[in-house]
Amino acid sequence: MPQSAEKILDHAPLFKEPEYQEMFARKRAMDGMPCAEETAKVAEWTKSWEYREKNLAREALTINPVKACQPLGAVFAAAGFERTLSFVHGSQGCVAYYRSHLSRHFKEPSSVVSSSMTEDAAVFGGLQNMIDGLANAYKLYSPKMIAVSTTCMAEVIGDDLQAFISTARQKGSVPEDFDVPYAHTPAFVGSHVVGYDNMMKGILENFWKGKTATPGEKINIIPGFDGFAVGNNRELKRILDMMGVDYTLLSDVSDTFDTPSDGEFRMYDGGTTLEDTAAAVNAKATLSLQEYCTQKTLEYAESFGQASASLHYPMGVAATDELLMKLSELSGKPIPDALEKERGRLIDAMADSQSWLHGKSYAIFGDPDFVYGMAKFIMETGGEPRHCLATAGTKAWAEQMQELFASSPYGANCQVWAGKDLWHLRSIIATEPVDFLIGSSYGKYLEKDCNTPLIRLSFPIFDRHHHHRFPTWGYQGGLRVLVAILDKIFDKLDSDTGETGADISFDLTR
Amino acid sequence: MTYDDETEYQNDGALHQQLIADVLAQYPDKSRKRRQKHLSVAKPADAPEAEAERPVTDCDVKSNIKSIPGVMTIRGCAYAGSKGVVWGPVKDMVHISHGPVGCGHYSWSQRRNYYTGHTGVDSFVTMQFTSDFQEKDIVFGGDKKLEKLIDEINELFPLAKGISIQSECPIGLIGDDIEAVARKKHKETGKTMVPVRCEGFRGVSQSLGHHIANDAIRDWVLDKNDIELQPGPYDVNVIGDYNIGGDAWASRILLEEIGLRVVGNWSGDATLTEMERAPKAKLNLIHCYRSMNYICRHMEEKYGVPWMEYNFFGPSQIADSLRNIAAHFDETIQQNAEKVIAKYQPLVDAILAKYKPRLQGKKVMLYVGGLRPRHVVDAYHDLGMEIAATGYEFAHGDDYQRTGHYVKDGTLIYDDVTGYELEKFIEGIRPDLVGSGVKEKYPTQKLGIPFRQMHSWDYSGPYHGYDGFAIFARDMDLAINNPVWGLFKAPWKKAA
Repeated sequence: MPQSAEKILDHAPLFKEPEYQEMFARKRAMDGMPCAEETAKVAEWTKSWEYREKNLAREALTINPVKACQPLGAVFAAAGFERTLSFVHGSQGCVAYYRSHLSRHFKEPSSVVSSSMTEDAAVFGGLQNMIDGLANAYKLYSPKMIAVSTTCMAEVIGDDLQAFISTARQKGSVPEDFDVPYAHTPAFVGSHVVGYDNMMKGILENFWKGKTATPGEKINIIPGFDGFAVGNNRELKRILDMMGVDYTLLSDVSDTFDTPSDGEFRMYDGGTTLEDTAAAVNAKATLSLQEYCTQKTLEYAESFGQASASLHYPMGVAATDELLMKLSELSGKPIPDALEKERGRLIDAMADSQSWLHGKSYAIFGDPDFVYGMAKFIMETGGEPRHCLATAGTKAWAEQMQELFASSPYGANCQVWAGKDLWHLRSIIATEPVDFLIGSSYGKYLEKDCNTPLIRLSFPIFDRHHHHRFPTWGYQGGLRVLVAILDKIFDKLDSDTGETGADISFDLTR
Repeated sequence: MTYDDETEYQNDGALHQQLIADVLAQYPDKSRKRRQKHLSVAKPADAPEAEAERPVTDCDVKSNIKSIPGVMTIRGCAYAGSKGVVWGPVKDMVHISHGPVGCGHYSWSQRRNYYTGHTGVDSFVTMQFTSDFQEKDIVFGGDKKLEKLIDEINELFPLAKGISIQSECPIGLIGDDIEAVARKKHKETGKTMVPVRCEGFRGVSQSLGHHIANDAIRDWVLDKNDIELQPGPYDVNVIGDYNIGGDAWASRILLEEIGLRVVGNWSGDATLTEMERAPKAKLNLIHCYRSMNYICRHMEEKYGVPWMEYNFFGPSQIADSLRNIAAHFDETIQQNAEKVIAKYQPLVDAILAKYKPRLQGKKVMLYVGGLRPRHVVDAYHDLGMEIAATGYEFAHGDDYQRTGHYVKDGTLIYDDVTGYELEKFIEGIRPDLVGSGVKEKYPTQKLGIPFRQMHSWDYSGPYHGYDGFAIFARDMDLAINNPVWGLFKAPWKKAA
């Protein structure tokens, strides 16, 4: 009997016990699975160049993609505004999925409502669901704003959000002057990255439409969809405060997804105030930290005469330099010595560790801006980002990546994979191995399959806790990224050396 | 009977009635009328049935009705019920999330359906296959794309035994004919193709998805291929065990120990072969009644395979179930069952000796799917714990009826509870433990109340069987008795 009260075995050791191993063998003898030899033969073939060519030739099938659908991005963007409740119009299961997905990453509540459309709404449209849903959400959850987005069901049947919301208002679901921004977010166009953009634009339109801007001194900053937003937004605000920049962070989820445990459940916490959001029309510029999350939004901001600029997930030295110089340029404020010192400390750390970093090769996957920023930082360490993959990456992104590779000798052997998925990446690194993988928790299957250690630095991270509480942006964030990479390098070195009976290469000091 | 003499507790029915009245008062009129039918307090049953069969209480609420818009229902959809629950765990088939990318993405690898096999080669459970619909697929239809991607699967995954097509919302709305594609591809390849019409807008919850998935097994799997099985006198299928954290294995080991041969496990760690040959078994043992009773009824009608419900949560239910299962077979099996129960008794005694003193009298609130809100009750009772409230996301009337066999007078019962209601109920009852899902976990913990996820076993498990009960008891103890709950209040605030 494997189990005992003194030493309770969890699933991993329990099923390694002989009783279970024998049971698996009995089941295997009669369950119709292929024999071990056949499986081994096919397994080997799946790692061949021949398989890679077939795999890369796929036209219709997507396997293990690195992207989610638009409404997730919309829900994330809306969560960064003061007492804002996301209301997703369409089937209810989608909302259960977004909430679970966000909770699994942040280990935090995620409160979103659905209009719960079913078959009759598919036939007659979801107007009544909107009317009842807004009334219920407003009454039960006392939001200051309800941000409406759509599931693909509502998009396919063509529900008109503007008309529906206006009717609901007339029927008294919410007060006449209550803010109900909206965005159509079809899941069959773009990805969560585009959904973020659409909802951000929708929220700004709600407050800005018909206004004439009176340019002031403030700068709008849009962080974009970011799994590390809790740490990164706080770091960003620290930097802005150090520089004395007058700013509005548009969509700040850092408190929403990091509420304290003190006996109270805060369904809403922090976020950009509605007042600041409305006043943001008068900013002199809007700066996006992730170009692909804000393409429509920036165009919209420009239409009010604002200057605009966008970055690609500012990680590492040059990207942070660019961020600071851009902020300085837009605000007219100088970069303080204290930040220059932080820069020096990051460089100091990189110099101390350079021998371990130099020449390492990586495969990087994630959202387009993340992959760009990560690759840029890797090249600064003397590493080679050999394979850069974004399922949500466009042709324009691929071109930007090529330019990035061309800017450094460490980019010489690097390839960009726009629109490809993690099953493609499996073939790629099985045939052209790299030292390390950088991406999200979904990379853990590749880590095991291709024996390539995974460094978790992008959304979602389900199987490690609290990483998102620490920044990856700015010079301080750069240190954290550097340490994550170095830890993995040293762990690998230790596990590959010091075989039993000999301590060869198992060095105490490195 | 459970292992605890003091489980003859009574819940505070008057408080629970008041809590119901308080939450209902917050709703707009129309929604209040609809919600009030889903909330009640268990009353002593007066059914004049035979003593042993008699439910202890009446848990009378309306169920399996559309959720109200905008209230934050915790429910999912038919796709989640089919792909996520019933089909997803079948390991040697590829399950396509057919439609836009999101549904497959969010449900990718989340249900912890353990299996043995070489992922990506002969097993595919923790992978996400999708047709990733684009606008042109919506406008022009996705059947051609589906055909092509089935060809691509067959080329890249030659050991896949078959393919299921799990419909997402748009499929049914744009008029695609996935059945025609399935028939065509079956003809071309000879492989099993299963079109499933589990579009997320169908029905009111995951439940219709289970039903549709069961019907798809009936229509597209059973009687389709030749069966290579020498039937034996002790052949059983385990139905409705999804092997969360290895549950089905911790159950199978007991069934084998009493001398039965498990020829199919639906659908945790299942193969297509196991599903196909199921009608040859002598008895169907169903754990999750809600999600798979349909196929049991079908197998009974068409093939004459009887079925029975059983419960492998907690030692008192395990022993009862083993005896009830054995009663369907000869004396050898019945004697074996007694031997197995006796063999594990010292383990049970040791677990209870260790954990009961730490858990006795602790109050629990549950809110889970369609089975566990009743099935786990006696496992808690065995540990001396009390169930103050329970409810289901997607149960039907027959589930609430069965709940009466488990819960005590005065238990708060909620069907399709809303986020608002659950928070108020938890605040009002202040239980020692809440067992529900990931969406409920963090709000509850913020209140300072211990929590265990009862869909995923909070990444632990198994909880089935004797081996699983040890883990269950340990997990409830570590959740409730962790020191973190005592740290919530800053010391300088304690004086206030």
